[in-house]
Amino acid sequence: MAADTSSDDRGLRKGKWAPYGLLSPGILWLVLFFLVPVMILVRTALSSKASRFANPEFSWQFSNFTSAFTDYGPQFVRSFLFAGIATISAILIGYPLAYWIATQGGRWKNLLIGLVVVPFFTSYLIRTIAWTSLLKDDGVILNVIHAIPFVPQDFRLLATPAGVIGGLTYNFLSFMILPIYVSLEKIDFRLTEAAADLYGTPWQAFKKVVLPLSMPGVFAGSLLVFIPAAGDYLNNRYLGSPKTSMIGTVVQDKFLVQFDYPVAAALSLVLMAIITTMVLIYSKFLGTEGLAV
Amino acid sequence: MVMSEGVAPPYLSRELEQPGKTRKGSTSSQRAGSRWGRRILTAFACLVYLYLFLPLINIIVFTFNDPAGRYNISWDGFTINNWLDPFKDQELTNAFIRSLEVAVLSISIALIMGSLVAIALARYRFTGSRGIEIFLVLPLTTPEIVLGASLYQLFLGRNVVFGFSTVVIAHVMFCVSFVALTVKARVRGFDWTLEDAAMDLGASPWRSFRKITFPLILPGIVAAALLSFALSLDDYIVTDFTKGEFTTFPIQVNNAFRVSFPPQVNVLATIVLIVSVLLLVLTSVRSEKGATR
Repeated sequence: MAADTSSDDRGLRKGKWAPYGLLSPGILWLVLFFLVPVMILVRTALSSKASRFANPEFSWQFSNFTSAFTDYGPQFVRSFLFAGIATISAILIGYPLAYWIATQGGRWKNLLIGLVVVPFFTSYLIRTIAWTSLLKDDGVILNVIHAIPFVPQDFRLLATPAGVIGGLTYNFLSFMILPIYVSLEKIDFRLTEAAADLYGTPWQAFKKVVLPLSMPGVFAGSLLVFIPAAGDYLNNRYLGSPKTSMIGTVVQDKFLVQFDYPVAAALSLVLMAIITTMVLIYSKFLGTEGLAV
Repeated sequence: MVMSEGVAPPYLSRELEQPGKTRKGSTSSQRAGSRWGRRILTAFACLVYLYLFLPLINIIVFTFNDPAGRYNISWDGFTINNWLDPFKDQELTNAFIRSLEVAVLSISIALIMGSLVAIALARYRFTGSRGIEIFLVLPLTTPEIVLGASLYQLFLGRNVVFGFSTVVIAHVMFCVSFVALTVKARVRGFDWTLEDAAMDLGASPWRSFRKITFPLILPGIVAAALLSFALSLDDYIVTDFTKGEFTTFPIQVNNAFRVSFPPQVNVLATIVLIVSVLLLVLTSVRSEKGATR
């Protein structure tokens, strides 16, 4: 935001109390129902619980954090691995589409990018269930795959890591396409003509000019895909199996089924800490512009 | 659930509606890319659209299925009975109505509070505005499971009864930031001296707000409303932690999935899809008219 304050100056008021008055309801809500709860979660993570139905007692119980790592290492690894692969897949699928819309969309651009948002208007859960119908062993997609020679007869997608990663990639793909498109839209494509005049090949022009300029979009999209993917448990529930359980699965189960709050709180805070570190590193290099605005 | 302005349909923003921008892109790409490169890219883009729409096609096709068992995931025969009786499943219909109630109430609250925050940030220069902006991004970069878990701990500790109100509180929380950032992006660079001009001409502050400011921020509010509506209606994870015995549409679908998956789920989802797409088309046509006027 700092970059364009100069153009924002027209009629900007130096309010003394008015801005705080306007801010207070919304910010108060976020303090009460976002900031305070997260602090309570920190407290819970440092508590101990005598029995299953006892209330957690605050006791600087740091062992919750160590047992979060030692007991649920595989789930953490799987979460970040699956979310990482889903993010990379979303870049590989989403970038070419965003590039195609930005360069060849012509007057259909608005419609084409609008189509990318349409899947949002059906429930995420129902879309995921639709994938179980598409990917099941006697479903449309597997019938096509089994028609290919040399595919083993027991090849399947449901209840495999590939199924979960596919679901994560699909469900968050639009979050990748939109910011990449926005950053490609800002590029003056006459720069590629300049590159061609300087005897650059189209590929060189893309690699040296377009790609670097669109990186903020790629980074913003990566965070928008990675964050929800790393904490997700629905894709695993419907497209995976207990063998592919992720950290979200454990947190949900510990909170809502086993009532083991301290360890669950520690697990979710570790997840949050890792993601916040990534966001901070990101905003250090690229600012909050791409993410927030 | 992570959302950013990048998610607001970019075709609703003024920036992309400038004529001439499109031409710049297409002429240069004709020079830069080879004919075959472009053909491959176009084919790839079509495949990505197919991927994005495959589950939606599946959902719509299966509204016409006549399932033999209790699960509407295998094709058993064509019928239009599901469309003739979309409210057959009483539990599902009630959950659907509750989802709409939650969405309407939480969006109304979030729109008011979020727009006020946006006006404060866009219109005034004050100490701490940068901090507020960063604070607004935080709920969007926090995994949903952490938002849900921390609210769960807050309500549990205060012995709040889980139900409609806790779900609304949670939905308002994740919509406020989103509304504030979307509306703010929209009013950025707005010439606030127009308000002074109106008041110089004798308009009361309320009248100048109604006649000048409100019409200018309205498109941003409409965009934010549409997408928060989708967010709220669709939300699973945060609702899962704040619902208690209360059920929304996605929660009911998930709970019932252990015993059945009736075709009415698809019918209701398709109705939401059709209505949202119509609203989206309507608002974007209206905003385009506004831009050319």
